[in-house]
Amino acid sequence: MVTPSVLLIGLFGLLPVIWAFVLSFQHNDLQTPAQWAGLANYRQLAHDPVFVESVRHSVVYTALFVPITLVSSLLVAAALNRRVRGIAFYRVAVFVPVVTSTVATGVIFSWLLDPDYGIVNAFLAKLGLPQLGFFSSPEVALYSVVAMTVWGWIGFGALIFLAGLQSTPDELLEAAQTDGCSKAGAFWRIQVPLLRPVSGFLLVWLTINALQLFDEVYVTTKGGPLHSTTVVVYYLYQQAFSYFHAGYAAAIACVLFVVIALITVVQTRLSRDPDLDTSRR
Amino acid sequence: MSITGLRRPSPWHLVLVPLALLMLVPLLWMLMTSLSTLAETRRFPPGLPSSLHWENYRQAWLQAPFARWLLNSTVVSVSCVLSNLVLCSLAGYAFARIPFAGSKVLFLGILATLMVPFQVVMIPTLLIVKHLGLVDSLPALVLPNLVTAFGIYLLRQFFLSLPAELEEAAIVDGAGRLTLLVRILLPLMGPPLSTLAVLTFLSVWNDFLWPLVVTSSPDVMTVQLGLSTFQSAHFTNWPVLMAGTLMSQLPVLVLFLLGQRYFVRSIATTGIK
Repeated sequence: MVTPSVLLIGLFGLLPVIWAFVLSFQHNDLQTPAQWAGLANYRQLAHDPVFVESVRHSVVYTALFVPITLVSSLLVAAALNRRVRGIAFYRVAVFVPVVTSTVATGVIFSWLLDPDYGIVNAFLAKLGLPQLGFFSSPEVALYSVVAMTVWGWIGFGALIFLAGLQSTPDELLEAAQTDGCSKAGAFWRIQVPLLRPVSGFLLVWLTINALQLFDEVYVTTKGGPLHSTTVVVYYLYQQAFSYFHAGYAAAIACVLFVVIALITVVQTRLSRDPDLDTSRR
Repeated sequence: MSITGLRRPSPWHLVLVPLALLMLVPLLWMLMTSLSTLAETRRFPPGLPSSLHWENYRQAWLQAPFARWLLNSTVVSVSCVLSNLVLCSLAGYAFARIPFAGSKVLFLGILATLMVPFQVVMIPTLLIVKHLGLVDSLPALVLPNLVTAFGIYLLRQFFLSLPAELEEAAIVDGAGRLTLLVRILLPLMGPPLSTLAVLTFLSVWNDFLWPLVVTSSPDVMTVQLGLSTFQSAHFTNWPVLMAGTLMSQLPVLVLFLLGQRYFVRSIATTGIK
């Protein structure tokens, strides 16, 4: 019963990991036979200015995208957790971007943020504000990518937070109200702390996805202008499939793997620590 | 929260209306542009189209094989969903209920692959597909997604939560493991199976990087990859490009609106996009 699954996961899950590790010690152009490179790829990484820059972009992107998405998702979920008329419509409106593909998101935003005819610049002009070259100016492009991906992910975060909020036991909230606690107080003092496991999960999940950003960059800026949106995975893709440095790309992938594994392990350890749980009261 | 909130308009609408607008504007703007002429998209300030220009859709449909791409995406996603349902049920059941040598090690090995980002396995997977002679074909898109560690894990957890007496009774009656699984257990597993189906469908349908790496001819492209090539070909003709984008998203959008409850529950219970 397990044989087909085990074989398939062995072939497409485990074998490629080992292979990627081996590749990272080779010079490989995906065509001619590979040559052993030792640690050359890793040594080159440290001295590759574009790689260092791509790491910086990924870090800046993640440092902005994760907290913005996390906090706005929580606030949106709180607003959606009401029994008001038309709440079903509001929820659909917020959740629709979750099923919108990353490619479509990229295409739509390159139109919204078009420097000449886009609606956002038209709006800015109307307000008397300076117009921006959202995806065409190196100073702004990375922030435009942040804004676009936050739009794509808020619905997902809100959906998870909303499920968490709805599982708060009613008795707790009623007890708080009889004790004279305001609704806002109950939200921040009772519901939000109870959401800790949910936010812990979202934090890791958003971080992992932020570090793997690729699709939206490929569709909107192709890493430019002037490398300003070249993030780690975009650089990896370029190395492998534009320059055919598959060994070098594998070394980048292995570094990414280690970072993501570390983040996952640290987070699971933190969220399991009982001492931290009690100290939060 | 209170009952009176249902009668008087709640002040929360003042928050919710702008919020909904903010989330919907990009999609509504896509719809509006797709029905405008090119000249109308260049007006300042922007406004509604004078009449509905459906010909943008006809043009997009004629200028690129959208029908083919949608068909490819459907074939690939549905195959992956079906094979995941079958293979993950089998493996999940075995890991939950049948003790066999090495079961623990195998299961941990499978779980470990969950931590691996796709970019790590991408290049070797491409080389494997190359060895199999399947580059630039639909099977290449299906093969790596036939079974997922996540699906096995999810279903195993649900099998573990079912009472063991259910099976003991059936085994006493002389039913084989497979009959038992198909006739008795799977009918009880509606929610986790639909969750697995929804999530597999979404992730395969919306996947971009793997199709980008492994396919190159328009005939085997999925709709997401097709859309990105369509974008490079029409990047200044916004009405036609938006018509194409909307067409590419329509099937999932309709499925989402129809089966909203399933989508929301699937994502909320497992937290995986």
